[in-house]
Amino acid sequence: MSAAVASGMARRRGADTAFQALALLVLVVTLGALATLIWDIVADGGGTLSWSFLTSFSSRRASQAGIWHALTGSIFVVLVTAVLAVPVGVAAAIYLEEYGGRSLTARIIELNITNLAAVPSIIYGLLGLGLFVRTMGMGRSVLAGGATLALLALPVVILSTREALRAVPKSLREGSYALGATKWQTIWHQVLPVAAPGILTGLILALSRAIGETAPLITIGAFAFVTFAPDSIWSPFTVLPIQIFNWVSRPQVEFHANAAAAILVLVTLLLSLNAAAIWLRDRYQKGGIS
Amino acid sequence: MSAVPRSLPSLGEVASSRRETAGGADRACKIEVDSLNFYYGEARALQDISLQIQPNVVTAFIGPSGCGKSTFLRTLNRLNDIIPGTRVEGRILIDRVDIYRSGMNVVDLRRKVGMVFQKSNPFPKSIFENVAYGLRINGMAGSRSELAGRVEDSLTQAALWDEVKDRLQESALAMSGGQQQRLCIARALAVRPDILLMDEPASALDPIATQRIEELIYDLKKNYTIVIVTHNMQQAARVSDRTAFFWLGRLVEYDRTEKIFTAPTEKLTEDYVTGRFG
Repeated sequence: MSAAVASGMARRRGADTAFQALALLVLVVTLGALATLIWDIVADGGGTLSWSFLTSFSSRRASQAGIWHALTGSIFVVLVTAVLAVPVGVAAAIYLEEYGGRSLTARIIELNITNLAAVPSIIYGLLGLGLFVRTMGMGRSVLAGGATLALLALPVVILSTREALRAVPKSLREGSYALGATKWQTIWHQVLPVAAPGILTGLILALSRAIGETAPLITIGAFAFVTFAPDSIWSPFTVLPIQIFNWVSRPQVEFHANAAAAILVLVTLLLSLNAAAIWLRDRYQKGGIS
Repeated sequence: MSAVPRSLPSLGEVASSRRETAGGADRACKIEVDSLNFYYGEARALQDISLQIQPNVVTAFIGPSGCGKSTFLRTLNRLNDIIPGTRVEGRILIDRVDIYRSGMNVVDLRRKVGMVFQKSNPFPKSIFENVAYGLRINGMAGSRSELAGRVEDSLTQAALWDEVKDRLQESALAMSGGQQQRLCIARALAVRPDILLMDEPASALDPIATQRIEELIYDLKKNYTIVIVTHNMQQAARVSDRTAFFWLGRLVEYDRTEKIFTAPTEKLTEDYVTGRFG
């Protein structure tokens, strides 16, 4: 090895080491911030978290207040969101990806969906207030909240479903067509089963984003102080993030502990949804689709 | 294996028997291509191709990469239709029916004209379901025992039955590469096509698996008209009765395989088969 090559090699190794160190530093900072956040929440709210905290309603007395109404409200709303957004979103994605072709209209629609995914959520809240709450007369109900979040989740669902459909190898479609399958038979029997784990992962991530949303629901008037759990899609409701926001803005320190405990519940919920998404993706990769 | 195709003597027999049944008319023609042009967008991939393919004959398409032989193969079952921006001019008659005429049932065409791909592409399902799929979607499944019988027949024809009969419910993706390709052949045969298109079916296989595929092609010739695209000139010489040489989207020469490989008319063909380029 000549001296020039050797020194070049040393420089490249040095750059390699430096980049590795930088990447590690960034990782430590990010994970450190997350760990500090979680440690802080646990320290504040861990003591308040109890079975009765989960199953009690809101109260003016911090020690008696619980999150049952907000937890059920969140679950109700996200169920309505799922029922509305999932079939429409998946069907729209199938149309755009498999049938839409490359026409100008299809490309304009595609561009618009990408833009919609980036629209601030409060805009969806205003749309929901005008459209669902007032024009369609749904009132400040679970249905109006779920429908608003469904609008918010729809672009994400469409984009992630298209991504999953696009990942299905072309050879699989060709194999099916070559046997005399129609387009729909190919989609139904070959494409969708292979894309299903990917689609499901995208759905879970879109819905977990919807659970964490606050602004659009405040806009449509989700109650900040309700003392009952929703019992139908027409009930007024509140959700966990709004309850947390409400408690944090109180002056009493006891309520701040309640807020921290509620955050713990919300974070646990979101982390388990994300874990489910990762587990599905893992299984998908082990499935060995070549 | 000798360079002279062992299947050649049978060509004469097949052709003469056809001539007799046709009552002295033109040699019966399974596929007739007339001035075919094919475009990907603006680019013309095939230029003015005309040729005739007789039934129960193995025809090989040879030529360098990008010469249009695979594209041409895929016009025969209209599989190029699924690629946006493609366009066809000219006529392709299969059993005297123009397959590009308006109102042509493409689904039915693809059932009649089976295809095996370069990279084996079994569905991520069981071995049984891979073969049964074509039968099910074409409404040919029948009762449970009829379906099982047809699956067995197809696997037997593809010389795979003895290897897989005890593990029909296992995933097709667990098979070896050669087995997967024979499964794809069985899958294509299940829906009872007349014509079998093979796009470099052995290019990803080892010599032993390749030999099995080639023997299979020889056996299948009795019942099917086979068109095979290959990069491997020894393979073309071994398995085919007739060979078409493509170059830059044109059909340069089309003749008996023996003639193409021993006494081609065109200088270009000679240069290619003797390995001077390609």
